Amino acid sequence: MQKSSGSTGIIGGLAATLGRILISFFVPVITFLILWWVFIFLRDSEAPQIVIVLVAIVWGVGGVAALYVVSNWFVEQLPGDWARKLQPFVYVGPAVVIMSWYLAVPVLRTLALSFKDDIGVKWVGLDNYIFAFTDRIMLETFRNNLLWMIVGTSFSVGLGLLIAVLADRTRFESVYKAIIFTPMAISFVGAGVIWKFVYTYKGEGVGIEEIGLLNAFVLAMGGQSQPWLSLPPWNNLFLIVIMVWLQTGYAMVVISSAIKGIPLELLEAARIDGATEVQAFFKITIPYIKGTLITVITTIVIFSLKLFDIVRVMTGGNNGTNVIANEFYLQRFTYGNTGRASAIAIVLLIAVIPVIVNNLREFNKDRRAF
Amino acid sequence: MNSGYKAQKVRSSLIINGVLILICFFWLLPTLGVFITSLRNSQDIFTSGWWTIFPHKEQMQTEEITLDASVNVDAPIEVQGITATFEELRLGVKTPDGRTLTWYGNKRTRKISITEEQWVGFFYKPLTINNYVDVLTGKEIRFTDASGNEIIRKGNSLGSAFLNSVAVAVPATIIPILIAAFAAFGFSWLNFPGRGTIFTIVVAILVVPLQISLVPILQDYTKLNLNGTFLGIWLAHTGFGLPLATYLLFNYMSTLPRDLLEAAYIDGASNFTIFTQLILPLSVPALASFAIFQFLWVWNDYLIALVFLGDKSRVVTYALASIVGEKGQDWHLLTAGAFVSMMLPLAVFFALQRFFVRGLLAGSVKG
Repeated sequence: MQKSSGSTGIIGGLAATLGRILISFFVPVITFLILWWVFIFLRDSEAPQIVIVLVAIVWGVGGVAALYVVSNWFVEQLPGDWARKLQPFVYVGPAVVIMSWYLAVPVLRTLALSFKDDIGVKWVGLDNYIFAFTDRIMLETFRNNLLWMIVGTSFSVGLGLLIAVLADRTRFESVYKAIIFTPMAISFVGAGVIWKFVYTYKGEGVGIEEIGLLNAFVLAMGGQSQPWLSLPPWNNLFLIVIMVWLQTGYAMVVISSAIKGIPLELLEAARIDGATEVQAFFKITIPYIKGTLITVITTIVIFSLKLFDIVRVMTGGNNGTNVIANEFYLQRFTYGNTGRASAIAIVLLIAVIPVIVNNLREFNKDRRAF
Repeated sequence: MNSGYKAQKVRSSLIINGVLILICFFWLLPTLGVFITSLRNSQDIFTSGWWTIFPHKEQMQTEEITLDASVNVDAPIEVQGITATFEELRLGVKTPDGRTLTWYGNKRTRKISITEEQWVGFFYKPLTINNYVDVLTGKEIRFTDASGNEIIRKGNSLGSAFLNSVAVAVPATIIPILIAAFAAFGFSWLNFPGRGTIFTIVVAILVVPLQISLVPILQDYTKLNLNGTFLGIWLAHTGFGLPLATYLLFNYMSTLPRDLLEAAYIDGASNFTIFTQLILPLSVPALASFAIFQFLWVWNDYLIALVFLGDKSRVVTYALASIVGEKGQDWHLLTAGAFVSMMLPLAVFFALQRFFVRGLLAGSVKG
């Protein structure tokens, strides 16, 4: 690294080092400028879409890689001691900056906004929280989210557990599991379309034939066709079915792998002792996979707490189906009230604090690396 | 083992498989319906359920008769061996031999169609791929309003939305992985002040709901003019994906054997060389499982696209949701659109399911 300094003396060596540092400053700056220029080009360009898309991909991915290579090169040009001290920050820095900007700092900024008025200027004290905890609409969203969390989670986990246990005893396990698991790859909007078609309702009249699966089934059973999605409070349950359809696969896969971890001798021993399958399930399987079950339940509860897309696409929150995340969206983007929206976001954060505390506790328990 | 035990085993295996087949049937049914519907003519979709493409009995018109002008339509009418009033005929009257007579139109048309239940097989109404063509090209809608202005409404072209989704999802998958990989390497193998504290914060923000960020970040984006840009949404997905990515990759990288890295250090390799030549290749399984995770998440995301990208560059979820909003009963567009939006994630999912499952099991709580 210090090849030239020996031959040209101390001053030359210093100049060389200084020169390196200067060049090193220019390289990242120029890299950044080029990236910025391409960004402006992309934003204003009228080029065919496919060109823009390709340039965007190459620019975005290449740009980030280039930034790392260049700044690493820059740090390596510094005198050895500085290089050692600074290099970790080249690696960790970008991630820390982005995470702070997008998640850590917004917690404080949103907290501040939640005490301000609708455009974030005047302080209004607790007004937004009074709205968040007493407004009729908010109380409705609390009730619905509770419904999603309790009914949605218990059915997802219950079905997932049932399928995992049953499939474990068949030869076609992978086929069954693949079918149940597939909805995980589908967007909530796509799933919304699929189920909207199941629930679709045309009404009564001469020659009208229901094309929705549920109404056709109800008619075939001798019932009356119904507009399922505008029947409070039952419409919430019809929406929750969609979530169960999407999340059971997740629960099943995680539980299934935990079940596979149960030592066979344990179950064999229980059976030899005369335990029935049901007894073995409750006395051995369940206690053994308790940790996994808690993780799965937590994940799905958090999921149903933040649920947005399904309600947004299916009902827009009308007819008594509103949920917290949708009311947040309405407050911020339809009514333009940042104060209330921020207060609702803080409510969501408060709801996950127990999980955060638990994560930290678990993490501290086995932080061997530090 | 005695035979009674065996018989019991067979019986329980039958019950288990039966229950599972039943559950799987209900799981597949809604998707099957949408898939079949996406291939039917829009006319057929609206007049009959998708299950009618399977063989079934249906009322088929066999004959149409026009009543003579001399017949008094206000009195009971005698036709085809039965007598019925106009009102009864309007609703349809069954003849003893199983045919149905239905008057159609008003009294003046004097037309009665005779239908009979007949078996119809597969495809008696032909299938079509027109819905996919329609939804992918999304013709522009032009019309002139009352005051003579020409109005052009953007069609819901899923073709261009598909491209936009690719432009969003590919960098929004690779960028966070790259940044997280560097960071995870730093956290697990380099020493610097504040290492433990910073990583504890990463663990803490793992499950922070992203609604927390939307309001302030949107303010920043408005100031920086990032709203509706690809850069803006890549950064957003990067920001929201990074905690999980860093956490998962850290867990993986910190278990790599210490000796291996020490040997490389002794050989004089720089940190950068060790990272690119040793750590990255060894971490491919973890990188792959997070990549699939993030790709599916970004592709299927609606909220972030709705907030940060909006109408300027519609992604598939946005385009599909707006078809639901604007043309909620156009099932030929909706069903085909739903399938277009699912194709890529399903393909990725089935090709790389193994890695996806591994990612899930590594802990998947995301904010």
